[in-house]
Amino acid sequence: MPKIYLEKEDKILEVKELLVSDILKSLKINPTTVLITKNNELILDDVKLSKEDRISIIPVISGG
Amino acid sequence: MPCKFCSEKPVIQLPNSERKLCKSCFIKYFERKAIRTINKYKLIEENDHVVIAVSGGKDSLSLLHLLKKYCQKRNNKIKLSVLQIDEGIKDYRDISIEDTKKFCKSFGIKLHIASYEKETGKTLDKIKKQHKKTIACSMCGVLRRYLLNKYSRKLKATKLATGHNLDDEAQSIIMNQFRHNIALSARLGPITGVKKDPRFIPRIKPFYFLTEKEVATYAYLHNLISKFNECPYCEESNRFFIRDMLNDVEAKYPGTKHSIVASFIEVLPLLKKKYKNQEINSCRLCKEPTSSEICSACKVKEKIKS
Repeated sequence: MPKIYLEKEDKILEVKELLVSDILKSLKINPTTVLITKNNELILDDVKLSKEDRISIIPVISGG
Repeated sequence: MPCKFCSEKPVIQLPNSERKLCKSCFIKYFERKAIRTINKYKLIEENDHVVIAVSGGKDSLSLLHLLKKYCQKRNNKIKLSVLQIDEGIKDYRDISIEDTKKFCKSFGIKLHIASYEKETGKTLDKIKKQHKKTIACSMCGVLRRYLLNKYSRKLKATKLATGHNLDDEAQSIIMNQFRHNIALSARLGPITGVKKDPRFIPRIKPFYFLTEKEVATYAYLHNLISKFNECPYCEESNRFFIRDMLNDVEAKYPGTKHSIVASFIEVLPLLKKKYKNQEINSCRLCKEPTSSEICSACKVKEKIKS
């Protein structure tokens, strides 16, 4: 299953979904508020992951 | 689907659009849009001294990066300096100040720091410890704006540039609507202020028409984003409630934030006209400009005295 690193919470999750947009939906994350990276490269939410992939979710909102 | 212009791998789908852009096409798009804003609203002119307000976050570092490039292309006929406000927040602002120092050194730009402690005798951490019920963000916003104007004037700046983006502006417009504070909205726009006054340094926002996600993408592609670092007091803010609300509406109805700002820009000249005769006094205590007898910063200073 793909591994998801949530940068704000600093934790790693395993998810069953493969399509990035489905992953965001299942984690209740608004796509306009995050950047998604795979191997340090930005990817879009229409990307389909393989089971071995690991992506990071980086919040874009200002931290104050 | 590849980049709309060159068939490379896309890094972003532009908000409110089906267009997907690769790294190099996105950077060109982003910089053109910011420069178009600078030119259209005459934000920067030759021989200006632009002080950039930097927090060390993605917006202000991206702005610093873009303006440095912009000035180099104009044979450095525009002077740039950086001003950072040190609120005194342990394990937050001290980290970003170090980041800004490194950044300014590598860019060869002078960094100036103004602190709450020097101005009020207390750090924000200390103020929050003594006044637990005080909402940090509202107090902080007043002091930050006050110090940015006061110090940029001391530095003989002709413009004060901030990293405010389209999301920030949409939030401010809605917040002012919710509070029936239209006089405050009259001061918004790509260049702030209702009438010219030498005591106020005009604030300029080159990222006015770029979304937060676009700015974050630009920052990421230039390696300007360090680890996510959130102000420990930011949860308390009304602005963040509005921000989340607008993001929810945007997800459901893409283009909402653009529409809010576009509609506002249409009525802004009328607002500026309506409020242009508002009197600007000198604060009885600190002599800084204010619309009332005592400025908001002095009211905050008085409140946190004990």
